[in-house]
Amino acid sequence: MTRVGLIRLAVIVAMIGALELACQTGLIRHQTIIPPSEMATSLYALLASGAINADIERTLGIIVIVIAVSIVLGFALGLIIHAVPRLREALDPLFATYYAVPIFIFYPVLIAIFGLSPIPIVLIGVATAVVAMIIATLNGLDRVPRVLTKVARVHRLDAVTTAMTLQLPAAAPYLFTGVKLSVSYGFIAVIAAEFILSPAGLGRDIADAYSDFNNRRMYALILFLLIIATVVNTVLHALDVRWAERRSGGRT
Amino acid sequence: MTATRRATDTLIIAAVVLVVWKILHEVAGSTALPAPLPTMSYLVHMVPTARFTENAAATLQAFGLALLLAYAIGLAIGVWMGAHRLSGAVGEPILVVVYSLPKITLYPVVLLIFGLGISGKVAFGAMHGILPVALLTMGAIRAIPPVYLRSARTLHLSPWQTITTVLLPAALPEVFTGLRIGFTVTLLGVLLGEMFASKLGLGSMIMSDMSLAQSEDMVTVAIILFVFAACANALLLWIEHRLHRKV
Repeated sequence: MTRVGLIRLAVIVAMIGALELACQTGLIRHQTIIPPSEMATSLYALLASGAINADIERTLGIIVIVIAVSIVLGFALGLIIHAVPRLREALDPLFATYYAVPIFIFYPVLIAIFGLSPIPIVLIGVATAVVAMIIATLNGLDRVPRVLTKVARVHRLDAVTTAMTLQLPAAAPYLFTGVKLSVSYGFIAVIAAEFILSPAGLGRDIADAYSDFNNRRMYALILFLLIIATVVNTVLHALDVRWAERRSGGRT
Repeated sequence: MTATRRATDTLIIAAVVLVVWKILHEVAGSTALPAPLPTMSYLVHMVPTARFTENAAATLQAFGLALLLAYAIGLAIGVWMGAHRLSGAVGEPILVVVYSLPKITLYPVVLLIFGLGISGKVAFGAMHGILPVALLTMGAIRAIPPVYLRSARTLHLSPWQTITTVLLPAALPEVFTGLRIGFTVTLLGVLLGEMFASKLGLGSMIMSDMSLAQSEDMVTVAIILFVFAACANALLLWIEHRLHRKV
């Protein structure tokens, strides 16, 4: 490990250690934060008991659906919008403001329309994640070399074949940025929706544990979600770095 | 020519949104989603009421404080990590990981620490805003060409002069991008906080509307927030473009 990496590890360990110490000595009250060691043992017990398996399945299932739909739909819409410059010109201001407005405030409206079911959660998740994928697709397609599309025309490829065999691989690095963002946004939107109002799921679990003053359960669940999110983000980041290295032929 | 075309585009988009809204209304029924026109007339009546102004003031106050905190802390972290190479190398990956975490899961912790009142909302909003401001400021300071600093030294500028006449103008456009994104996510943070646990504020107003099935009220508040955020962003983007052009 590099020196910087070692220092980083030391900083993280020191922060967790300080929190542990502050909690154990009573500097931070047990009702506010429980010691990290207790969070870990509580999470282990919770996972071993299988009590949250159904909620894990439900929440992660919804997240996977949201991400899959956003990526496929976002790529398809990106292709269509890219093919019609006039449409793109009209939509550009919309894309520029999309992530500046709190789309999430429409979640209660969706509940009013579709009822308390997974549908509003999936919809708000897709609404949050899909635009990142559309924007990334447009960026990627902009950078597909002209000569490739000319080759496609020479070979008389139809639109779908061109998209799958030429545009998709050529725009891949930019698409991957969109995938990363979609995953991150999808995750956040689904958890937030469950947290605020949902019949079940991990977010709902945390909210319930909070209102029951069940700190051991609450911190165990929070730790679980943070670990999952960190692992997923780290894996995506590592893939991104590796592909970037391969593209540059090992030269950086 | 292009201006009129842009205006037509915007009008067409607005028309499409209204048509989709109307169709959803027909499908879902007026108890779930009111039609566009009645909502507009409702908006005119609702805005002057005390209920709306009190809640809007509560949200604005919390948002303002959260934004101040996010900017102050974010800029401090960003300048420190941008200027001090080792701190930046150590801290950047940590900041990036924290930035992409679903911070909503930490809201109960924030509430336990800061309580249910305005301080909880402010802390939660600031938590969202600090990271993008810090990350972009750090990037901006790192990207300043070393030759600027060397010429500052050649001219015997004092550290303060170096900051105000060289570093700040050079980093400003990038830093401003951070401030704009910080604005957006802080607003989202404050609203999410209000939606989850608060008695005052537009976020809690939307939630209580939903439980009382007052969809007109709910949609109206959502639209007001939407328009507010869109206008603020347009203004900030405009300033940002001007800053970028100057450099």
